[in-house]
Amino acid sequence: MTSLSRDDVANLARLARIEMSDEELVNLSKEFTVILDAVARVQEVAGADVQPTSHPLPLRNVFRPDVVVASLTPEEALSGAPAQEESRFRVPQILGEE
Amino acid sequence: MIRNSAAEMAAKLNAGDITSVELTQLHLDRIASVDTDVHAFLYVNNEGALAQAAEVDAKRAAGEKLSPLAGVPLALKDVMTQKGVPTTCGSKILEGWRPPYDSTVVTNLKKNGIVILGKTNMDEFAMGSSTENSAYGPTHNPWDLSRIPGGSGGGSSAALAAFEAPLAIGTDTGGSIRQPAAVTGTVGVKPTYGGVSRFGLVAFSSSLDQAGPCARTVLDAALLHEAIAGHDPKDSTSINAPVPQVVAAAKSGDVKGMKIGVVKELNGEGYQSGVRSRFEESLELLAAAGAEIVEVSAPNFEYALAAYYLIAPSECSSNLARFDAMRYGLRVGDVDGASAESVMNLTREVGFGREVKRRIILGTYALSSGYYDAYYGSAQKVRTLITQDFNNAFEKCDVMVSPTCPTTAFKIGEKSNDPIAMYLNDIATIPVNMAGIGGMSLPAGLAPEDGLPVGFQIMAPAMQDDRMYLVGAALEAALLSKWGAPLLSKIPALAGA
Repeated sequence: MTSLSRDDVANLARLARIEMSDEELVNLSKEFTVILDAVARVQEVAGADVQPTSHPLPLRNVFRPDVVVASLTPEEALSGAPAQEESRFRVPQILGEE
Repeated sequence: MIRNSAAEMAAKLNAGDITSVELTQLHLDRIASVDTDVHAFLYVNNEGALAQAAEVDAKRAAGEKLSPLAGVPLALKDVMTQKGVPTTCGSKILEGWRPPYDSTVVTNLKKNGIVILGKTNMDEFAMGSSTENSAYGPTHNPWDLSRIPGGSGGGSSAALAAFEAPLAIGTDTGGSIRQPAAVTGTVGVKPTYGGVSRFGLVAFSSSLDQAGPCARTVLDAALLHEAIAGHDPKDSTSINAPVPQVVAAAKSGDVKGMKIGVVKELNGEGYQSGVRSRFEESLELLAAAGAEIVEVSAPNFEYALAAYYLIAPSECSSNLARFDAMRYGLRVGDVDGASAESVMNLTREVGFGREVKRRIILGTYALSSGYYDAYYGSAQKVRTLITQDFNNAFEKCDVMVSPTCPTTAFKIGEKSNDPIAMYLNDIATIPVNMAGIGGMSLPAGLAPEDGLPVGFQIMAPAMQDDRMYLVGAALEAALLSKWGAPLLSKIPALAGA
């Protein structure tokens, strides 16, 4: 049986950029023991000779002509922005982090 | 009038018996009257719908040639963008967002003059089987308001069953069109993957997601299917081939000599007795209509659920990374000196619900180094085995059939704290998504023990969607002559406001 500790879940939450309360972390770690047990069944059948399928269609490199078509105006593109400044998205500080 | 099929409404519009503005207003009135109880809609676009209807009426008056469904109203699942109309995906993280563009499905609906009444409720980002995961509260099944209308597209299915709209759009990643159709006594079709463009469909699991038609009759679903399907250069996974002749198939319904394969593994243990008896009865009716019933085996289907709950969360953990609080949607914690990372973390904590977080974390785990081969890699191999099972079975039959769901609609709250029990709802619908083929659910009657609708599922090979409509139309006609009236005529009346 695979299980995930509270700290394992905390690490995954950090990777997924989701802040989580201690209660949430503990609950999820309990649920994951059950869920992982159920999904681990995939390991029972798939032998080394089976090719993986990532997509139902056998498509490769779909191209279109490189032609300029109508697109969003800056106003439209910014219409849902939480904050904007000088026709640009205003975002919190990115530089200066570790 | 609102109990008519979409095809009947279209005929009355053509004959001049009613205008689209009048027909649209009747549906808006019905929504105003019953939706407090049903809660199928997250947003009702009164002005927009009436304006669209007036435009169709003007064209008709001017003698312009119109599409078969022109002027008929429709309910749109809130996972599809419509320019200027709120699109939430049932999530707080998109509350108030008005997309600056139309999805291709909406572009096609508008082109066909189909009037969009509003946006329907859904499990957050289409993750769920009951619509209880909506951040805006659950939708209630019009057959019994204490029960779930299915999910994730429970708003669309409930809107149809409550006569709030004759047509709806759904999306199906693991059964989100078919399972809601089954538990509400309506028709839902997941087309072949790539048959309908995904442009403007907010992605959950890109290799599984597929939009499709929801309706109250097989013919209505076919008419809507033809209106929205076709190649789209904006979706590189859309199939560049002619749309299968689904309307002709729905009008024919001739199944003489067709081989119908009953999937041995999707019947029996775990299936409610009334679900099984209605399914057996449908098989007898199809045999009487001239089809040959054969048994087929799909031994790897029993692993489909496990593989799905690795593949879908893996893809979702990547797709939902776009909700980062930077360009649109919710932003939390943007105080002076706050870092971008802390704003992202806080926004996603507040903006996402429990099931979405659960799946993002599960997907992050399944894709992380050291576990990738054991989980995501193995699940992809199971996907190959399931596709092989379908290919082998389709050598022995033209379509495959099963009950759509193991049970009828359960009570709201009954399974919300047990993710595994909830996931089991999708056991019969998931294999279709894994292989990218087509699936339909249509009503097979009521389970004798609880009086609730049962769904009959038809599965057809890729790009042979017309076969589902042939079989669906044959079964629908046989059941109609047995019952004397459509199943929805038995639905209890809603009190209304």
